[in-house]
Amino acid sequence: MATDTRGLTTAPAVSVRNLHRSFTANGGVLNGLDLDIGAGEFVALIGRSGTGKSTLLRALAGLDRDVAGRGHISVPASVSVVFQDSRLLPWKRVLDNVVFGLRGSDANARGRQALAEVGLAGRERAWPFELSGGEQQRASLARSLVREPQLLLADEPFGALDALTRIRMHALLRKLCEAHRPAVLLVTHDVDEAVVLADRVIVLDGGVVRTDVRVEPDRPEAELRAFLLTELGVEGEGR
Amino acid sequence: MTVIDKAPPASYEGDVRVVRRRLGPGRRFRGAFWVGPAVVLVIWSAGSATGLIKPAILTSPWDVVVAFGVQWTDHDLLGDILSSLARAASGLAIGVITGAVLAVLSGLSRAGESLIDGPIQIKRSIPTLALIPLFIAWFGIGQEMKIVTIALISLVPIYVHTHNGLRGIDGRYAELAETLDLRRGEFVRHVVLPGALPGFLLGMRFAVTSSLLGLVVVEQYNATAGIGHMITLAEQYGQTDVIVVGLVIYGIFGYCADTAVRLTARRVLAWRQTLEG
Repeated sequence: MATDTRGLTTAPAVSVRNLHRSFTANGGVLNGLDLDIGAGEFVALIGRSGTGKSTLLRALAGLDRDVAGRGHISVPASVSVVFQDSRLLPWKRVLDNVVFGLRGSDANARGRQALAEVGLAGRERAWPFELSGGEQQRASLARSLVREPQLLLADEPFGALDALTRIRMHALLRKLCEAHRPAVLLVTHDVDEAVVLADRVIVLDGGVVRTDVRVEPDRPEAELRAFLLTELGVEGEGR
Repeated sequence: MTVIDKAPPASYEGDVRVVRRRLGPGRRFRGAFWVGPAVVLVIWSAGSATGLIKPAILTSPWDVVVAFGVQWTDHDLLGDILSSLARAASGLAIGVITGAVLAVLSGLSRAGESLIDGPIQIKRSIPTLALIPLFIAWFGIGQEMKIVTIALISLVPIYVHTHNGLRGIDGRYAELAETLDLRRGEFVRHVVLPGALPGFLLGMRFAVTSSLLGLVVVEQYNATAGIGHMITLAEQYGQTDVIVVGLVIYGIFGYCADTAVRLTARRVLAWRQTLEG
């Protein structure tokens, strides 16, 4: 089982042991998965459809109470989730969405600061429907980061965005993660996105970790990309 | 094949555009609420003036105005209007609050649903007006019976539409609230109530008119004041013009109340991007 914790001196932020989850009686989605994520580590999770990426993420987010299974999960106290849809409440203005559920008298000030960080200063009073898709997703990032999470779970957060917006969002997410240093688990189906953003890429297959590689700065990106595509089983399909 | 309307005349040289035929209702214009009723009034006046509508069938608008004046000066019409409004308003208030609370309880908990929803659906299929004899036995023929009837009659649409609106809230918002560690009270306040508001306001439109319907009926019973009382007396003396005065007042009540609800809805639902505009 390729669980890579090399170079980590502190206890991992996330620890998953022997995780099983299944939606039907025959055949599980997760079949004894083990995973550690270090504090401040950015992990990208890739895999074909139905390999259990979202199931794992939902298990870490605590959103799978109705799913059968067993195993051991430990996550930090403060976890934020970024969904594929921005999931802004349509009846709350942007700032109220960002500070939604946030406690403390300085909540609004922190919300404004988070909006400024994602480049949405001045849009505090806008309704969500007035924002573009990219802006909505930036507001949802602000909502997650304003809580200073120790673990950020992102389920294909840029999947619904156009290619240019996605590139800008990649840069923004990297900048934010460097500033706030949460541990990150990013579920994506985009190998390029995984290689560009993550410190470590995990390929899920059949409900277990098939591959676990570090993104080394001196390893050519093209070679890593080709390797990951092979692991995903799309070798030589005109990529 | 797309159909493209002719471009509107350019306001200045160089503004050339192709404009799609509009399929939505378009821009709002001022006083739009009053156009329909005004047309009805014009037709009524024209019919009475030309003799197409005989006074025995329907009193002419100007005779109604005269009768209104007579009622106002000689028979305390203002007092009748105020006591009717007070009755409808207190019944409506009780009904709306109870209906909304029951809808939230039954919408948010399975236990609440199994306890509350059934009886309300059963109550729905019994016309409230058919319950009046029973209410008279329970509460007498005084004010309590009247207010309870109006409350019950306006409770049902509020319950049904609020419940429906609440259950129509996207389940993903509940999931979001869970990941943000919201307490149940905060969830109700920030997600459930705003999400159910469009349904509640639709229920409100029905409830307002239902409460007037209830008012008309209960005021036939032993009322000493109120529009219904005025109509009952007029019926005994064969004064059609006074009956029409009462009907017109009911109509104005209903229309004003409904318009008020719609205007409120447009303001508080500004976050929606709909054809309402």
